[in-house]
Amino acid sequence: MSTLLMASELWHADGLWIIAIGALTNTACALVGCFLVLRRMSMMGDALSHSVLAGLAVAFAMTQSYSIVPLFIGAIAAGLLTTFLTQTLHQYARVPSDASMGVVFTSMFALGVIIIKKFVTGVHFDIACVYEGALGLTPFFTREIAGREIPLAVLTIAPVLLLNIGVLSLLWKEWKVSSFDPALATTMGFSATLLHYVLMALVALTTVASFEAVGSILVVAMLIVPAATAHQLSDRLAPMVIVAAAVAVLSSFLGYVIAEYRNTNYAAMMTVVAGALYALAVVFSPRHGLLTTLWKNIQLSLRVVKEDLLAMLYRVEELEAAQPLTPAAAREALGGGWLPLVAAKMLQRRGRIRLENNAVQLTKKGRTAARKLVRSHRLWETYLVEYLGLPLDHIHEPAHRVEHFIDERIRGKLEEELDASAGDPHGREIPE
Amino acid sequence: MIGLSLYYKVMLGTALLGGMAGVAGTFAVLRKRSLVGDMLAHTALPGVCVAFMVLGTRSMIGLSVGALISGLIAIAMMTVVVRWTRTKEDAAIGIMLSTFFGLGIVLLTDIQHSEHTGNQSGLDSYIFGEPGNMLTSDLITLAAIAVVVLLLVFALFKEFKLVSFDSDFALSQGWPIAWLDYVMMAAVAVVTIVGLPIVGVILMAAMIILPAATARLWTNRLHTMVLLASMFGVAAGVLGTWLGRGLPAGPAIVLVAASIFYLSLLFAPQRGIVSRLWGESQLRIRIAREHMLRSLYEIVETQLPEIPPVKLATLQQYRHWRPWLLKWLLDRCEANELLYETDDAITLTPLGVRRAAEVTKTHRMWELYMLEYAGVAPRQADKAADHVEHMLPESLLLELETKLKEQGRLPTGLDALPESPHALAGDGEHGSSGGPR
Repeated sequence: MSTLLMASELWHADGLWIIAIGALTNTACALVGCFLVLRRMSMMGDALSHSVLAGLAVAFAMTQSYSIVPLFIGAIAAGLLTTFLTQTLHQYARVPSDASMGVVFTSMFALGVIIIKKFVTGVHFDIACVYEGALGLTPFFTREIAGREIPLAVLTIAPVLLLNIGVLSLLWKEWKVSSFDPALATTMGFSATLLHYVLMALVALTTVASFEAVGSILVVAMLIVPAATAHQLSDRLAPMVIVAAAVAVLSSFLGYVIAEYRNTNYAAMMTVVAGALYALAVVFSPRHGLLTTLWKNIQLSLRVVKEDLLAMLYRVEELEAAQPLTPAAAREALGGGWLPLVAAKMLQRRGRIRLENNAVQLTKKGRTAARKLVRSHRLWETYLVEYLGLPLDHIHEPAHRVEHFIDERIRGKLEEELDASAGDPHGREIPE
Repeated sequence: MIGLSLYYKVMLGTALLGGMAGVAGTFAVLRKRSLVGDMLAHTALPGVCVAFMVLGTRSMIGLSVGALISGLIAIAMMTVVVRWTRTKEDAAIGIMLSTFFGLGIVLLTDIQHSEHTGNQSGLDSYIFGEPGNMLTSDLITLAAIAVVVLLLVFALFKEFKLVSFDSDFALSQGWPIAWLDYVMMAAVAVVTIVGLPIVGVILMAAMIILPAATARLWTNRLHTMVLLASMFGVAAGVLGTWLGRGLPAGPAIVLVAASIFYLSLLFAPQRGIVSRLWGESQLRIRIAREHMLRSLYEIVETQLPEIPPVKLATLQQYRHWRPWLLKWLLDRCEANELLYETDDAITLTPLGVRRAAEVTKTHRMWELYMLEYAGVAPRQADKAADHVEHMLPESLLLELETKLKEQGRLPTGLDALPESPHALAGDGEHGSSGGPR
């Protein structure tokens, strides 16, 4: 990889422009995307990025030129129309919300394609470009500004990025509240609907500014994927927005390098990279990742099995005449598999149990721990009978499940409420 | 069929596709899974490319199997993500859709670079759709799949119905709703994927949603909806091909389907905008008319059975009216011989008195009911009764009347209405507060 990164043909001026344009576009998308994802309206990104085509087509057909202002106006109009129609169809015609979105954006997309084929003659407009973009070509269309050749794409997307940052910081608090609690936002006096439309207008604008450079797949991907990645990694809005922007920039960089190396479509590769970054976040996120979740689940299962083993040994001791428990019998009683083995090993190492003459025995330390558990169990059983009036044959199972989660505090409360010296409902002693 | 010209082949093929998309789409729309079609259409692309790389040819069945596999992988990954991470369903759909499609474009570029024969254009059709490529064998495949989908829906109709409308109930009745859901989605997937090379990605998503959403506007019954959806689908295929000569066929078909949708949205009998606006305005007019009759009655009430003329100015002061509406209402009532107008006064006819008395009776009964049963304060009762009295069903009125009668509080005969429980405008209080709006 290092030799790959050092290769000089990778770092020509055009390549740097491609990375820059990709990074600007991706960041602009990722910023507004955070709010789409948090509001659970990600698919509005997909819908808008397709339906703005109708606005573009009308602007094209009317001006027969490539001037940017009419295009932006057309796109915003189309975006707002999509939002309005989607909502109206859902509210007044009771079309399910996903279907109403699907109806509106597909029909506007089809309309856009037809208008372009039928009425746009002066401008070269490639439908394939709508999907894939032509990021590789962007460095070749430039305009001279202050003596330097700047690609047109930069001149298009950079102001939109600045606008997104500006609106975001101006309306930060409002968007934050309305994303997490629209009802609260309304009671606080700013209209959630208005904020919604402002967001949609920004999405439409960003989409159309990104269109030519990167195409609709990258737009959809960048609206959703970096935000979702950041959502895996952070629990607060500000870090989430920053992480999303970082993921967007990183996707652009890595996407360019890999695409250059494999000689393939830049925008598509950036999308794939973003997807891979999301997958990494899903698996390895320290707080919400699959591995963390799995690890926590295993930890919990182990703790439950360990505690069940201790409590079981205590009960065996209680019935003095009973046979001592063999390791095999204990394992079977705990449901088999590898968990009881590991649990027993850990208890043995911590000096809670010992193995004597093929029988599992509690140590003194183990007995103390087990007594607490059995006490929790029997207190809970007593509580269920006295306060909830459950019959005797219905109380063991719930107590068995809940005993692991009764801490000192709850045990103290139960002791206050109940008379522990009277024994549990089955007539057994509640240990100290 | 072999002898058909390409034009009719395309028409037949798109009609078949529209028909089965309507049937499968019905369930997708009802299950609120409309965007699954969109997702499947996008996520099929890498599968198509891999299948092409492995097979080396462009056979519809081979590529469709590849598409189906990658679509199902995407659905599985989406399910895992939604179940195990904090990513919600909408974002999960978007992520799968865009990254799979990006991967597809990467693979497609690879194929184009390694291609020597230059016939890769066939794969492009999986994105944009190319009905012109329709072969007779494709038609036969489409027909076969249409038959399979129809048989499936026919065989599992009752189960699908239950799952579509009340999946919780279905679950509580012990139906394997997860499996039924999978079968339903598999039907959507198969239809989507055979349609891809014909109308392309976006427009295939439209074919799943549009005919079904249109049918939903027309009916509340599932079997009617399935039939209508497939008819709308067929119509879109045939008309789109016919009207769209010289235009890209996919968008033309979708535009026809969309036009049918928007027309239905305007004119469908119950859910259509026109009929709903009509119904609403009818209700408004009825309410205003009843208010007017009641006002007239209350103004002349003390002098009955004499029916003195009421000055227009008095009526205008009695409560707030929109002038044009009042004029129109008076004219209409005059045409119905409920009253007659002179220069600046209105006189109720005996028939008019009777109608007005009925209306007033309903109002007062409702007021009484609310005072007695709902504990509404007397000053509020009049307003509240104003809002509700017009919508009371006949049966409730009868019940109310009997109830009041049982308690001996309903005066017999219309000439003796129950006393209004609050002061009337003539006494000065009601009118000055502006009256109910």
